[in-house]
Parts: sequence; C-alpha cells; structure tokens
Amino acid sequence: MTTKGVLSLPHLMGIEGLTRDDATLLLDTARSFIEVNTRQLKKVPALRGRLVALMFFENSTRTRLSFELAAKRLSADTLSFSSSGSSVSKGETLLDTAANIEAMKPDLVVVRHEASGAPWMLERVMSGAIANAGDGNHEHPTQALLDAMTLLHRSQRQPKDGLAGKTVCIVGDISRSRVARSNMLLLPLLGAKVRVAGPATMLPAGLRDVYDVEVFDDVDEALCSGAPVDAVMMLRIQKERAARAVMGSDDDYAVGYGLTKDRFARVLARNDAALVMHPGPMNRGVEIDAEVADSPHSVILEQTETGVAVRMAVLYLLALGHSRGVEGGAA
Amino acid sequence: MVDVPASVEARRVLDDDDVRRVVARLAHEIDDRVRADARGPLAVDAAALALVGIRTNGAHLALRLADELARVRGSRPDVGLLDITLYRDDVLAGGAMPVLRGTEIDFDVEGRPVVLVDDVLYTGRTVRAALDALLDLGRPSLVRLAVLVDRGLRELPIAADFVGRAVETARGERVRVQLREEGHAEDGVHVAVGVERRRR
Repeated sequence: MTTKGVLSLPHLMGIEGLTRDDATLLLDTARSFIEVNTRQLKKVPALRGRLVALMFFENSTRTRLSFELAAKRLSADTLSFSSSGSSVSKGETLLDTAANIEAMKPDLVVVRHEASGAPWMLERVMSGAIANAGDGNHEHPTQALLDAMTLLHRSQRQPKDGLAGKTVCIVGDISRSRVARSNMLLLPLLGAKVRVAGPATMLPAGLRDVYDVEVFDDVDEALCSGAPVDAVMMLRIQKERAARAVMGSDDDYAVGYGLTKDRFARVLARNDAALVMHPGPMNRGVEIDAEVADSPHSVILEQTETGVAVRMAVLYLLALGHSRGVEGGAA
Repeated sequence: MVDVPASVEARRVLDDDDVRRVVARLAHEIDDRVRADARGPLAVDAAALALVGIRTNGAHLALRLADELARVRGSRPDVGLLDITLYRDDVLAGGAMPVLRGTEIDFDVEGRPVVLVDDVLYTGRTVRAALDALLDLGRPSLVRLAVLVDRGLRELPIAADFVGRAVETARGERVRVQLREEGHAEDGVHVAVGVERRRR
C-alpha cells in the first residue's frame, strides 16, 4: 500500500492527471471495500453525516445506483438529482442548477452530463470534491477503475503489481466512448498493453500519437495476432447517439465487429483464460452474442459488483483529501 | 517507522527481553481467564477463543499471543486482523493520515469469546472504534481487551483486562512501540518527550 494515504488531486475529473501512485491507492482502497461488501453488515461509518450530491443530467441507471449504494455503504447522506422531470427540463442552466444544489452544501458531488467538460463547469460554483461519473465522450474514470480492479482480481494480483504482461483489446466505437478513453489512459498506466479496434469510421485519427495503444480497423487481426489477448472489452454501440450514421445495420456490425461465438472461440484457442468485459448496458446480438455474454469467461456482472467498491474508494478518498485541503488544478 | 532518534530524550520502559516475557505472561493470563469464564456463570466456549489484533502493532501482538497460547493450550486460537480506520471519529478531521490496510478476519466471531489486542491503551478512542468495527462483524459471546502498555489518560470509560505494563505518562509524551515485524532490530517500548503525534 502507498504510504501517502491521500490522492494528489482534489477531484476525480478523469484518469488523465492521475499518477500511478494515485491509481494504486484507489485500487488498494477498493480492495478494502470489497471485503466490506462481503460482510453480512455491508456498511461502515466513515462518511457519516457527509452529504453526497448525485447530479445526473444524462440518463444512467447502473452508474447512479452504484454511486448511490457506495455513498450509503459509507453512511453518507445522498441528494439525488436527475434532469428528467426537474427544472432542467424547464430550461434552467447547468450553473443555476449547480448553484442551487451548492446551497445545500454537499461535501461530494458526483456528476454525469452529456457535455464533455461539464464537471469543470461545476467546479467553478461548487465547493465540494467532484467525481466525474461520465462526461460526454470524454472520460468515465470510475468505469476504467472498476475494469482494472476486475482484471487484477481475476489475475490474483495486488494493485501495486499492476497489469504488466496483460493484453486488453477494446472493441467498438472508440471515438465516442468515454469508457474507451479512460481505459486507454488507465490500463497502460498500470502496465497493460492495449489494443483498440473498430470500424475506421469509429477510430479517431492520430489515436496512436495521444495514447499508448495499438490501433486496428480489423477486429480479427486485433484479437488473433501477436500476443494472445487476456481480455476483450466490448463497448456498447450507442445507437441513440451519432453512431447510427456510421455503423450500418445491426447485423452488419455484428458480422464485422461484434464478439460472436465463433470470433470468441478463436480468441479462446489462443488463450483459454481470456475474459469478456462490457460496461453495459449490452445490445445482445449487436456488439456481443448472448452466448458469449453469458459464458463463464464473462466478467460482466463482476464488473458491476466491483463498481460499488471502487466508487466507495473514490468517495472515501475524495472526502479524505477534501477534509485535508488537498489542492491543485483539476485534472 | 523510524527508530527513536538519539537526539530525542526517551526512557525505555520495555526492552527486547521484557516484551517477550510480557507477551508470554499475557498469554497465560488470557488462558487462565478464559478457563475461568468457561467454568463460571458466563459458560463461554473456551475452545472457541479468538484473538483480534488492531492493525498494525496490535495485529503483530495478536499473532505472537496466538503462538504462545498454542504452547500453553496445545491449540492455536484463530487470529483476525482488524482495520479500524473507517470507524475512527477523527478520520475526516485532520491529524495523522490514515492508511487503510483492510480487515482480515476469515472466521465468524458470532458467539465466540474474543480478545481484542492492541499495543498501547491511551484515550480509549481506538478501542471504542475497534468495538464498533468488531460488533459490525457479528455478536461475540464476550470481548476482553489485552494491551502491551497502558499509559493512562483515558477519555472514555474503557479499561483493559490484560495489561503488559502500566506506565505513567504525560500528555506531551509519546509512547513508541517498536516490533521486529515492522523491521526493527529488536523489540522495545520507549516514552519520548517532545511533539506528540497523538495516538487514539
């Protein structure tokens, strides 16, 4: 465990800006909360009397529930705000909404917004520590942390050991995926090799110049060449977003880029311990076959379970840093 | 953890040999008491005795006591390691930075006699937190407290059942327990004058 028990940053805006020590501390802390979550009484008094504002301006079920449960297991009080049916739908601006929530003096603010960068807007008007729960197509740091935690857990490694020697292949709409972006930052930070694959229309130009990743527009080449893949991370095809214009039909996508039973069998032929991951919610039959999603190699439900412990660690460490006046630019 | 620097005035209250003898004596006292509790009106299950050490030094001492008890009783009691960080009353209030190491208790405490073990008993706040943490894990039949050093100055109504050495100290003093498990050349307990890094 890192001896310095606090994060170097006051907020968790993204994986960008986190040091390896920060990542190790977050994951080590999450391990303690995994133990708490195995108890019969799954609650500790660490954040008793603290207020966590859950500000979800974009639809979300699992991330909101996960953060809410995390806050409750730490004995914090929660304020839940969703934009649907709220004053936002009556035209209130983000900053006005934030100022009103701020008047209730939350110690921690969890924010999900369809606009990239929204957490930085909130930082200007809110005094609590901020956790980004997904902003536009920018970052989704807690998802990457729980993905890394799931991989560590499955390979029986300690956070300090990292993921050196592991190869993870991320498949899907890389350009619109905040999950991919956060993972492209975190997994290499922990020593893993990362490949990204998807249709050329879903791969941003110059990806290799910014991230420490290999880029493939042929998913079979990404999965079945070079070092055997240890985990395949399928991204949700966001049919409700701009993806529809560049993906063709569901069937075309499944044949070209989906994790079909046959495609995954070829991955297993090279590494019979390969894992399947998906941040959810899944489009069965599009990016992933039901048989693959429900196979023993799938850790999709483990990801959800681990997510609660990871978010407990995030809330706890942000509260700790906040109470001790950790400063520095938001990163 | 650093050894007591030579420049700081410190008086030794236990040396390496003392610690060994004190741990052995505590093991005998615990054994006697558990047997008495088994025969007495509490009728506890002596065979189910478990030790729970408060991390970090209390955990080392619990493991040593278990080794001693194995010699005394012929069977080694279960040992659990308790991290009380999440139960402290000052975790968000400043002071020394808490480091979360995690609780490792892989047995059920329900219905068993438990001896809580720590290195130094001072204000009693650590023990208060430890009791809350322990009772969240189940309902032991009884809980007793063993400490290597009782330095007095209690702030809560808490007392130890087994005391290695009682030492009179002042508020400004600091009791430093050095154990081999933490990389020290030998065991020792010192009371140092100077800036108190307040233990709880």
